[in-house]
Amino acid sequence: MITFPENADLKKKWTQIVFFWTARILSFGVILVLITILYFITSKGFEVISWDFLTENPKDGMNAGGIFPAIIGTLYLIIGSMIIAFPIGVLAGIYVNEYARNGIAKRIIQIMTNNLSGIPSIVFGLFGMALFVNYLNFGASIIAGSLTLALLSLPLIIRTTEESLKAVDNTFRHASYGLGASKLYTIRKVVLPIAFPNIITGLILSIGRVSGETAPILFTAAAYFLPRLPQSLTDQCMALPYHLYVISTSGTDLDKARPMAYGTALVLVMIVLLVNGLAGLLRNYFARKVKMK
Amino acid sequence: MAGIVEKGIEAIIKASGYFTSLIVLLIVLFLFREGISFLGSEPIEEGYALYTSKSNPVQKVTATQIKDIFDQKILLWSELGGSTDSIRRYELDDLKSIFSESELEKNFENGASCVRKLTDSIPGSLILIPKAAIASEDGLHKVHTDKIDLTEFLSGKEWFPTAKPAGLFGSLPLFLGTLLVSLMAILIALPFGMAGAIYLAEIADQKIRNILKPLIELLSGIPSVVYGFFGLVVIVPWIQKTLGLPVGESALAGSIVLAIMALPTIITVSEDSIRTIPSDVRQASLALGASQWQTIVRVLIPYAASGIGAAVILGIGRAMGETMAVLMVTGNAAVIPHGLAHPVRTIPATIAAELGEAPYGGLHFKALFALGCILFLITFITNYIVDSISRKRKLK
Amino acid sequence: MVPKIITRNVDLYYSSFQALKNVSIEIPEKSVTALIGPSGCGKSTFLRLFNRMNDLIDKVKISGEILIDDRSIYKIRSSEIDNLRRKVGMVFQKPNPFPKSIFENVAYGLRVNGINDSQLIANQVERSLKNAALWEEVKDKLKKSAFELSGGQQQRLCIARALAVEPDIILMDEPASALDPISTAKIEELIFDLKKDYTILIVTHNMQQAARVSDYTGFFLNGELIEFNETKMIFTNPKNSKTESYITGRFG
Ligand SMILES: Nc1ncnc2c1ncn2[C@@H]1O[C@H](COP(=O)(O)OP(=O)(O)O)[C@@H](O)[C@H]1O
Ligand SMILES: [Mg+2]
Repeated sequence: MITFPENADLKKKWTQIVFFWTARILSFGVILVLITILYFITSKGFEVISWDFLTENPKDGMNAGGIFPAIIGTLYLIIGSMIIAFPIGVLAGIYVNEYARNGIAKRIIQIMTNNLSGIPSIVFGLFGMALFVNYLNFGASIIAGSLTLALLSLPLIIRTTEESLKAVDNTFRHASYGLGASKLYTIRKVVLPIAFPNIITGLILSIGRVSGETAPILFTAAAYFLPRLPQSLTDQCMALPYHLYVISTSGTDLDKARPMAYGTALVLVMIVLLVNGLAGLLRNYFARKVKMK
Repeated sequence: MAGIVEKGIEAIIKASGYFTSLIVLLIVLFLFREGISFLGSEPIEEGYALYTSKSNPVQKVTATQIKDIFDQKILLWSELGGSTDSIRRYELDDLKSIFSESELEKNFENGASCVRKLTDSIPGSLILIPKAAIASEDGLHKVHTDKIDLTEFLSGKEWFPTAKPAGLFGSLPLFLGTLLVSLMAILIALPFGMAGAIYLAEIADQKIRNILKPLIELLSGIPSVVYGFFGLVVIVPWIQKTLGLPVGESALAGSIVLAIMALPTIITVSEDSIRTIPSDVRQASLALGASQWQTIVRVLIPYAASGIGAAVILGIGRAMGETMAVLMVTGNAAVIPHGLAHPVRTIPATIAAELGEAPYGGLHFKALFALGCILFLITFITNYIVDSISRKRKLK
Repeated sequence: MVPKIITRNVDLYYSSFQALKNVSIEIPEKSVTALIGPSGCGKSTFLRLFNRMNDLIDKVKISGEILIDDRSIYKIRSSEIDNLRRKVGMVFQKPNPFPKSIFENVAYGLRVNGINDSQLIANQVERSLKNAALWEEVKDKLKKSAFELSGGQQQRLCIARALAVEPDIILMDEPASALDPISTAKIEELIFDLKKDYTILIVTHNMQQAARVSDYTGFFLNGELIEFNETKMIFTNPKNSKTESYITGRFG
């Protein structure tokens, strides 16, 4: 017959209270960091952002004026990379979830996609420079930058597509086959429409990622300063993240450029907030749609 | 007809499926092609050669020795295993002043004979001259430079690729800098990350969880250049002031910024591995009279250890590859790190900072690709470890 | 017979769903009581009443009276819940050893309850493993990970783990359903030995098992306790036609 120490339960209770609060405080510390960053950039950037800031060219050695060319450049890069990555990514996702029955093939694709998503963005930059800029001789250009960013965003698109397709109940497929529809027809007319809102979240998240990436475009697309907008796909362009990097580290007068930097940072943060909000909304919508069955 | 179209479309779908595999292979190909051609090159400035007198027993010098000779740190041949003569350096401009224009000829057609004359008459001479000026090496004593090999690249303590006349390509300081900043980042992030994971998985109720999860996701969506900027204007000055440093750009600043960036990965992956523990394990512990906290510490964390390990490795791997934020706050001194309060330079930051200035196809350019190969291998290994851990967990 | 456990008019709700309906029962001491009934009828929920495991689930409402040794276990102070949980051991459907050594698994309940005396712990571990009929198989590898044991051994380890804190009552929720027939037989044998000292409640889907190991049987349906009686009465002469059709349906 053993007897348990009488104070043990009390000690347990107090230890738990202490450590639970520690965990709580540390967790809220994480959130506090996020809030600090967002608040800091928003409050400082808010004083700078105006219609003119968004629609004017940089002036006085980029210490004044606006960031219009950088916005346009980033827009070009987003559009360019998504035109390339979205179709390929969605098709690849379809292949993995709907076609690849063979365990090994599926596994190889998943490992490779996983690998691709783990490669640091600067390595994409190196690769883009070696292949697109030099080997294919595109030079540093919108097209080279878009291609590089497209490769970088492929894994995300593939994975969200795969997961959205997986979430579509098999009964839909069987019902369609039951009516004599072919596999491709079933995917096109039944599976894809249901999964589509969620696939779009992949697109939106990729846009968020692409708009903020700097390292991949350092040597493939980004220009320090351009007095006019790019005229063709083979032109270099300015881009928001690179612009922020430049004016905060190597401008002509860092102190004078600070407000410009805050404004640019805020624009980038707003893109992220927008993207996350939109993706969240779409996800909820999708969840409801799948539940309805 | 419709059948053919359908077959065609399905072929395209299949091709897309293998597209990422193709890209990974291409990345390997292009990265390693440049990277490997870097090894085996001579570190001396492209198109140049070194000559000395025929009687000089020194056959070979290393890149570091060349740099020291031209920095006048090495003054005697004896330090290189030769005679006691002092080293007398000559470059093209010196030749121009020693020899008349007619002796050299317009385009140095006589360069070789001038070099021979000089080396014969001055025993300690060492001449750096463009290869183009030497028509034939007959009767000349060429001093070879050690070809760059893997060990030298990986263990060399000096990274000075633009040193004249021979660049120094020791990546050790960069590798150590990367490692220091990343490991430190994880050490800083770990208590917060673990607390966050435990809190979300075991303590917080559903409502709070639903609010916190998207916020943490948001943290991972912020671009690294914005983190870098935040680090630059907030963390760097803060470190400078509190530690009383001459400059705030330091390994510590990099670690803090990277720690913030690593948090979402650590929290989500660890939380996931705690959450997926079967609930009856939890109940078995509670049913023995253990408190919830005892259950967490003594049962759940050991249970999720491999998943948490995966999170940490993943976090380190990501941190080692992070470029912009680190580039902006670490001060980028390419020296073996002295400590957290000093500037360091990481591998990705080096690539980002130097590739723009490295002439295409040159040695420096190739060296940066070789660094890229190291990064690629690091991520490859990280992925492999994480993947095998998660597969083992699935089996369990 | 002295009743060890008494419930009177117990209702249990998960949010708005009623999982137990007006359950009243008196479970005799040092006996084995089997709980049978179709899946989802509330057997596990009922079992979890006695170590207050249901408290851990969000939005659970419990009413009625639940007594162990004539003390209402839902009126005790919250600081006494740990004590209650030591008095009431639990064994789960799937063997769920902790990621620790065999020894530490059994010692766990002692350690978390403040016992540090290593000699006492070692003795208690040995005794518990012997009581769970596992000692001979593991005495030479106590330091090995519990995951290295076979499924049946793991389940007996879990029983030893529960015995180590010296409970009076052991709750078993389908303890053999994940095991092969030989391991199942060992567990049943063990249950038979244990009832000398413990009051055992066992949920089972297997009618033969209920008939073999238990002294009393309760039949649940949709949250109601339809019938409770000596096992031989339930299986030979059920009073309620629902019990009869469930049992006969299962037997053939
Ligand atoms: N945590 C819970 N939350 C909500 N409903 C539950 C929960 N656990 C069990 N239930 C419901 O209560 C009923 C009884 O469950 P349970 O006691 O597990 O049945 P049994 O063990 O007899 O199969 C089931 O309908 C089940 O869906
Ligand atoms: Mg059950």
